[in-house]
Amino acid sequence: MIAIIDYGAGNLFSVKNALDYLNINSTITNKKEDIENADGLILPGVGAFPAAMKMLGKTGLIETIKEQTKQKPMLGICLGMQILFEKGYEFEEADGLSLINGKVDKIVDNGLIIPHMGWNKLEKQNDCPLMYNLPDEAYVYFVHSFQAYCKKENIAAYCEYGDIIPALVFEGNVYGAQFHPEKSGDVGLKILKNFESLLNQ
Amino acid sequence: MLAKRIIPCLDVRNGKVVKGINFEGIKDVGDPVEYAKLYNQQGADELVFYDITASHEGRGAMLDVVRETAKQVFVPLTVGGGISSIEDFRETLRAGADKISINSSAVKNPELISQAADIFGSQCVVVGMDVKRNKNDSFTVVINGGRIDTQKNAVEWAKKVQQLGAGEICLNSIDTDGTKAGFDIEMLNAICDVVTIPVIASGGCGNLGHFSEVFEKTKASAALAASLFHFKELTVSEVKDYLKNNSINVRGVK
Repeated sequence: MIAIIDYGAGNLFSVKNALDYLNINSTITNKKEDIENADGLILPGVGAFPAAMKMLGKTGLIETIKEQTKQKPMLGICLGMQILFEKGYEFEEADGLSLINGKVDKIVDNGLIIPHMGWNKLEKQNDCPLMYNLPDEAYVYFVHSFQAYCKKENIAAYCEYGDIIPALVFEGNVYGAQFHPEKSGDVGLKILKNFESLLNQ
Repeated sequence: MLAKRIIPCLDVRNGKVVKGINFEGIKDVGDPVEYAKLYNQQGADELVFYDITASHEGRGAMLDVVRETAKQVFVPLTVGGGISSIEDFRETLRAGADKISINSSAVKNPELISQAADIFGSQCVVVGMDVKRNKNDSFTVVINGGRIDTQKNAVEWAKKVQQLGAGEICLNSIDTDGTKAGFDIEMLNAICDVVTIPVIASGGCGNLGHFSEVFEKTKASAALAASLFHFKELTVSEVKDYLKNNSINVRGVK
């Protein structure tokens, strides 16, 4: 069972729909017991970094989440990926969950269209189980204006947009997708399936 | 590199797909969920459902269509037509839409753009602009399916919607819509030049060459077409193969 953590910040139903389609058992929840009993966690998120951290703080689940990721895999999606890092600089400086070293700040625009919206190609950086058996040209769907700045060793895959943007990051049991696997067609579904294979069952 | 997007649009009335020419001569033709699945298999990068009823019954049927599609198709879904309040946004997003396109309601109440962006995020606020070319070659915004010319300058309106927090603009040329004579390149450039958010080109696409032309001559991020795909004159995969052969970056179909 995957616990999709509900803290009021978006795209829960899309994630649930994708998992249902793949016959992966999941529940949308904000209960501590569910998170403790789950085999894996998904941390979704849409909106702004400081607001998301405030909402997550209000649920009282931050310590539980941090504790549980020592024992089971967690996948952060989009803003849920960004708050895995130590600090965010969207509107104001805010603390993240500090599960992965690094910060989240604006995409350096250099005349680019912002937000980075649409399908971009994953380029492999490090071997990561979520990337197994993807097609050579694996395109996934992004929509964001801020990006992670982190060490290369934490990047499973990046994409090119002006400079490079970390697309899939990891540290121990913690994984983060800047893109939306639940909106990335067959490639995204494969990544969610790969996440299932990591679950404690 | 970011791929150029190909977006089929489905005009929906009372839960059925229809396609009109210049907003008239509408006829019913099919089940939107089946079309959505077909387009997804062909490699559509996104799908747009446009509710042309904008009646109470029509909205309910539309939400059912969105709900059913979101369970089976895993690419971004945009819903437009008759959405005029934050409550409409909430209901449609909850049904499974990823983006909401507002058009006349944004013109009548520009604050809806900023309110929706604040509550749900800019990423889900698409402002649809129906624009017509005037005798003096200026561009003005029209609403209510092209029936009312607001006299609003389209270039100024585009800047304004970006400033209010729109995440994307879908620019539809009312003059070329349904004509198959090609996208209005000049109009697209006039808008793309003044905004940094993505612009979707809409209206007038009639053949493969029109798709490459719009990406070669403008900064449009995506191209939208309805009848061309709907009447199976072209498939999304044919368009993508053609663009790839013309060195335009698109997401491979398989």
